[in-house]
Amino acid sequence: MAKTITLSRLGKIFVTKEGTTVALQNIELAVEMGQFVTLVGASGCGKSTLLRIIAGLEQQTTGQVLIAGEEINRPGVDRAVVFQHYSLYPWLTVMQNIKFSRRLFTHRNESTSADVEAASGRADALLAVMGLAHVADAYPNQLSGGMQQRVAIARALMPRPQILLMDEPFGALDAQTRDVMHDLIRYLRAIENTTIVFVTHDVEEAIYLGNRVVVLAPRPGRIDSVHPVPLTEERTQDMKLVPEFITMKRTILERIRETSGMKTDYEMLRKLTQRAAIIA
Amino acid sequence: MIPTKPTLAKSEVKGSVRQMSVWRIRGGLSRGQYWTFAIAGLLLPVLTWWLASSTGWVDKVFLPSPKDVTVRIWTWLQNDHLLNDIWISTYRVTAGWLLSALIALPLGLLIGTYRPIQAWFEPLMDFIRYMPAVAFIPLVMIWVGIDESSKIAIIFIGTFFQMVLMMAEDVRRVPMQQIEAAQTMGANRSEILSLVVLQSAKPALLDTLRVTMGWAWTYLVVAELVAANSGLGYAILKAQRFLQTDKIFAGILLIGAIGLAMDQGFRWLHRRSFPWLYSR
Repeated sequence: MAKTITLSRLGKIFVTKEGTTVALQNIELAVEMGQFVTLVGASGCGKSTLLRIIAGLEQQTTGQVLIAGEEINRPGVDRAVVFQHYSLYPWLTVMQNIKFSRRLFTHRNESTSADVEAASGRADALLAVMGLAHVADAYPNQLSGGMQQRVAIARALMPRPQILLMDEPFGALDAQTRDVMHDLIRYLRAIENTTIVFVTHDVEEAIYLGNRVVVLAPRPGRIDSVHPVPLTEERTQDMKLVPEFITMKRTILERIRETSGMKTDYEMLRKLTQRAAIIA
Repeated sequence: MIPTKPTLAKSEVKGSVRQMSVWRIRGGLSRGQYWTFAIAGLLLPVLTWWLASSTGWVDKVFLPSPKDVTVRIWTWLQNDHLLNDIWISTYRVTAGWLLSALIALPLGLLIGTYRPIQAWFEPLMDFIRYMPAVAFIPLVMIWVGIDESSKIAIIFIGTFFQMVLMMAEDVRRVPMQQIEAAQTMGANRSEILSLVVLQSAKPALLDTLRVTMGWAWTYLVVAELVAANSGLGYAILKAQRFLQTDKIFAGILLIGAIGLAMDQGFRWLHRRSFPWLYSR
């Protein structure tokens, strides 16, 4: 299959007053067209930085990013991004937010009336799929967090991007809303055939959504392991309870724990409990 | 399990409805309560003033009574071209403020957006804004002359440098995510400035315009020190020479009233222009 995203020998170094940090080191990753890849890892492993480099919002220090064989160094309409929050335009209605990318074209007088009509049809369809039709004229701050993220996803999908990059998009949502969003995003990927790279710290989310889970390790940020997900394309919530799912979750959690360098200090906890008992 | 609807006995309901104290931290206030406090706050000083002056407790020369001031405003209107004074002062203030706004807006937008422009202008503006506007009067008279433009120039000097810095800060507060979202949707630099940064900062910019209009009024008396022969500030200065305290009071109160009216006008415009901020 065609490679949509190819990262080769990718590295990123941040230079600050405190010194230099190797955020990413020697990242090699290829994502095929239509694949759903999820990135997990302990904090500071550079997963968000990696996503931002693919988006073109940040520059790598070394190595290459190829999108459909072309080297990129800036953001482009082929790669849409959904951020965790604060990215919607509060002064525009839901519909106007979704049509923002279209507005850029009309702004430049680059679209014909047929284009505008087709775009309007697509915006309506996206609203319907997202369950947003009844709030098309509402402002983002009138919506719940879950609804706002639906708008952000619809807006990102509007220009039919080849690639959708998502940076912890459901991190601020409650568990129930998140489950609904998971099924929605799986469904959208199926009908749009969008390649998705998804950053999260939630291992269950990473397995449930992805075809492949990439575990990153911190200091220096690098790929620790890649885990193909042994589930069918059709996903249902009870798959989270099958043994394969649970085994995989355990393996990945162990990898993250091992690479994070942070461990629960049981000895210390035991001592604290003892002291508390003495004081009481 | 059959879900049951919880029911409450009437006495329980009655007992549970408790009046919340208005003195809670960040507590609420009903409309009626708000106006009670607001009117009391406005009337109490007037009442004290009236008592202090009418009982002869303070000499009329130092403190004219509210009645004296009202009569003075009336005779001023009848015989001394009050409307002309109001008009010329409003014109001077508005012109100086508008001139500031016309330059401060684009400059503030650029300072808040581009670091080199910030580095170039901000220390300079910071330096100049500490210089006393009053001290520029002799210079302004030499450079600009003694006609209308000199008064406008003083008000400009008093407001411009503060205004630029505040507007730059308004622009800097636009969330980076909003800008990055536009980049990933293919917006170029000028589109980001006009369709995102400016739109996002607009409510804060209008607030800055409102606040600086207040400051422009405070420079009026200073501006009318410069060879003026009309205007509210000039009238106050002249009244001082003849110990007409009632006229001084009248002038000050009129400036306050005009300022309050303009402030309310700005607030009204804010609510009208940015409905998304007021719809929740």
